[in-house]
Order: sequence, then structure tokens, then C-alpha cells
Amino acid sequence: MSSFPKSEASVDSGPMHGVYKWADERLGLTDLAAFAAHKQVPQHKHSFWYYWGGISLLCFIVQLLTGVLLLVYYRPGKEAYESVRQITYDVDFGWLVRSAHSWSANIMVFAVFVHMFSVFFMKAYKKPREFGWWTGLGLLGIVMIFGFSGYLLPMDELSYFATKVGLQLPSTLPGMGAVVNNIVRGGPSVGENTVQRFFALHVVVLPLLFMPLLGLHLALVQKHGNALPPGEAARPASERRSVPFFPNFFAMDLAMWLIALNVITILATLFPWDLGQPANALASAPVGIHPEWYFMSQFQLLKGMGLVLPGMMGEIVGMGLFTVVLIFWALMPLFDSETVAGKRGRIATWTGYLVVTGMLGLTIWGYAAL
Amino acid sequence: MSDSTISDLTNIGDSQPARRGLLQLGITLAGACYAGAIGYPVYRYLATPARRAEIAEGEITTVTVAANGLPGPGTATIFLFGSRPTLLIHHQDGHYVAFDAVCSHLGCTVAYQPENHRIFCPCHGGVYDVNTGAVVSGPPPRGLTVYHVEAKDDHVVISKV
Repeated sequence: MSSFPKSEASVDSGPMHGVYKWADERLGLTDLAAFAAHKQVPQHKHSFWYYWGGISLLCFIVQLLTGVLLLVYYRPGKEAYESVRQITYDVDFGWLVRSAHSWSANIMVFAVFVHMFSVFFMKAYKKPREFGWWTGLGLLGIVMIFGFSGYLLPMDELSYFATKVGLQLPSTLPGMGAVVNNIVRGGPSVGENTVQRFFALHVVVLPLLFMPLLGLHLALVQKHGNALPPGEAARPASERRSVPFFPNFFAMDLAMWLIALNVITILATLFPWDLGQPANALASAPVGIHPEWYFMSQFQLLKGMGLVLPGMMGEIVGMGLFTVVLIFWALMPLFDSETVAGKRGRIATWTGYLVVTGMLGLTIWGYAAL
Repeated sequence: MSDSTISDLTNIGDSQPARRGLLQLGITLAGACYAGAIGYPVYRYLATPARRAEIAEGEITTVTVAANGLPGPGTATIFLFGSRPTLLIHHQDGHYVAFDAVCSHLGCTVAYQPENHRIFCPCHGGVYDVNTGAVVSGPPPRGLTVYHVEAKDDHVVISKV
């Protein structure tokens, strides 16, 4: 606080000072600045992983902005493919907007996964941060549905068949067939009705669910601060180092945002997103059809189970296994709740290794088997 | 180690004002570059239909109105010159006149009123001359754009002057 009179002196006489004072009295800007300067972020050899939540957030902002731009020309329903064709080939810089939206979506999924695993291995889900873990998993789930629903919107061959297969899987579960048919797909096969409702989901329902959950997630990060990894927490307080959130950590966060933005731009420019042939209900599925990489491990799990178990049993057992792991994963803060690392902590860590290895292995297997 | 570097950073501004000024200039320039690199494609993206329409409009210089589309003597018709409504009046004496039908005041489409012998804009009461398109009364700041009309045997060719 002692540095404030000095910095205020520089704007003391200008008209900006009057405006600042007027706004400050009403918004409490000085308190906010003091709070941000007071807030400390731990500094240690694993600090790099703290940036991945921020990178996910940047991608979400890019998605919002490019998404609104795409909305200007996109038409769901019958004309879906034609409107995406126009965006890609007719509208000035339309290819860039669409490509940035697609690349940023993929990088966002990647960043969210990195963020989740770094939180997991830093044990940042422990008391009092359980709700941070749960809101984060909720956000991850919504991100996956964002990806799945957005993938259909261009209605080209690939998106058509990927959605067809993706919706067929849950239909194999008892009682789910009717739900998928009547509610999700809007008919016996993927078509105009599916695009129209996926569109409503993608641009209205999901953002409405995502944003308040994100607000809560960020508020919780704000409330509890960054968690210390166990190795760091074990050290005496005098040996730990930290930096002020503002300006030091903020500047680094901003630098990461710029790097991420540049990566998105370079990828979107050099590798513009492709648009395939229009979806055709009469055509056979193209050879080598496969889901997006972030669904590949789940897909391959089901495929692998199908190899050893007869009929639809493979899918059912695979989905059952996936559900059990997911529930254990979500409840990890309650299972691994000891403050001092013990047996449960080691089980949690090994579960993490198993899940990462399993996901990577299944993904590689999935691509190798194409 | 990094702690001391960081506290040095915060002190740079006070001890080295020249370097701080340079840094601020650099950040401002980089920010402007980013704003431009994002702003320009976004502007062009949003402006595409308007630009295309403008180009297409410029390419259309004449419109032919066929016999079945022509108004009878003492009446008028409105047709599209590109995307702009255009008023074609067939006067009692047989000659044709054509005006851009968009009121120069606030863009409403004007109407021919033979009973009052005037071109009238119902939005704010602008009145134009039926032969020259000049403002007679009301708020319009200038007259209607006049087109060149050439009457052939069974059709009329309207072109930009």
C-alpha cells in the first residue's frame, strides 16, 4: 500500500485522475489493485503447469469470438454444408475464422486435459479444493460435448459418419436407444433435425451451462489460490518462494496467452481446416473413418473389448469399465484425502499413471489400427 | 534467485526511466500490430457481402424493362436496378422518366402520386418534381438521382447517366 501515493502522484493533476477517482469510489479499483498485488502465486519447479488453465481459458475466448463470427454466415438445417462451403471458399478470410475455430477447439481440449492431469498429479484436488476438481471435470465434460456437437455442424461426409457412430454407441445400452433416437438425434438417422438441435446445443445450451460453471471454477481458484504440489508443501514455509499475482504472474500468463494465440494463428494459417464432400445418406462410410483424437481412446477401448467379447457385450462392458474409472476419478478427492502422503495417495498417483498410459496407449493403438 | 530478479524488475521503472519508456513503446507497438492483424481480417470477413454487393451494383449499368413490365400512360412502376428500387413513370404525353426511388432524406422508397402530380415520400413528407426529380418541399437534402431512359418499340432501356 505504501507505494500507492507515489504512483497516484503522477496522475494527480491530469483529468484522468478525476475520472479514475470517480470510478474508484464506485467500483473499488484501488482495493482490487491492492488485492491483486497482495495475492501471491507459489514459485517452484512445477510452476509451468499453472499456466494450462489460463491457456484453456484463452482458447475458450478465441472460441467465443470466432464462434460469433461463424454465426454471422452459418445456417443450420438444409443449408448447413452450403453455408460452411461459403464461409470456407467465398467469404473473405472465412477460411481463417473457421480454421482458427477448429484449431483452437482442438488446442482447448488438449490444454484442458493437460490442466486436469497436472492438477491430478499435483494433488490439487485435495481439501479444500474438491469443488475446483468437480467443476473442472464438469467443464471438461461440456468441452467434450462442445467438440462432438460442433463436429457435426459442417455436415460433410466425415462429420456425418462420426456423429452416426458416436450416437450409435450409447444406443446399445439398455433403455438408451429411445432417448438417443427421440431426444438427441431427432429421428432414426442423422439429418437436418440432428444438425438443427446440435446447433442449438452448441451455440446456446452449452455456453449457458459452461460460463457460470467457469465463473464458479475461477472464483474457487481465486478463493483458495494455487495449490502447492506435495513435494513443495512438505518444505518449511521459509524455503518456499512465491511471486505477486500482479504484475509478475499476470505478465507470464499474458506471455503464455500470446504464445498460444500465435500457435493457433500459425496452425490455422498453414494448415487450414478441410471441408470434405457433402454428407450423403446413400454413400458408404469412407475407409479409415475414425473419431476426433480426443474420443479415440474411448473408441478404441470399445473396439478392443469388441474383439474379445461376443456381440454388443464388448461395447457394454467397455462403457461399464469406462464409467467405473470415471466415477473413481471424479471421487478421487474423497478417496485420497489424507494431508500426509500415504497408501491412498500412492494409489491415486498410480491410478493417474494408469489412466495416462491407458489413454495414450489406446489412442496410439487406435491410430495404428486405422 | 528468481525472487531477487523479480524485485529488480519492479524497481527498473524508477531507476531507468528511458528503458521503461522504450519498453512501453514496444508493448504499445506490438499491441497495435496484434489489434491490426486481428482487426483487419475480421473487418474484411464481416464486410464481404456489402463489398460484393457494391461491386455487383457497379457492374450493372443498364436495365431493360420489357413490354409486359411497362406502366400504362399516367402510371408508374418500381423495378430493381441491382438492389436499388427504381421508379419508372410513364407520363400522359407518352414520355418516360426514371429516378432512383430511394428518398435522399432517410432512405424510404418514394411513391408516384398522379392525382397530386408529385413524387411523395410517406415517411417524412418529402415531395419531388415528377419530371426532374428535384426537391419541391419537405426535408430531403437533394433531389432524386435521374436515369437516362430510351424508349424502344416494345421495351424501355434505363441506364445510369
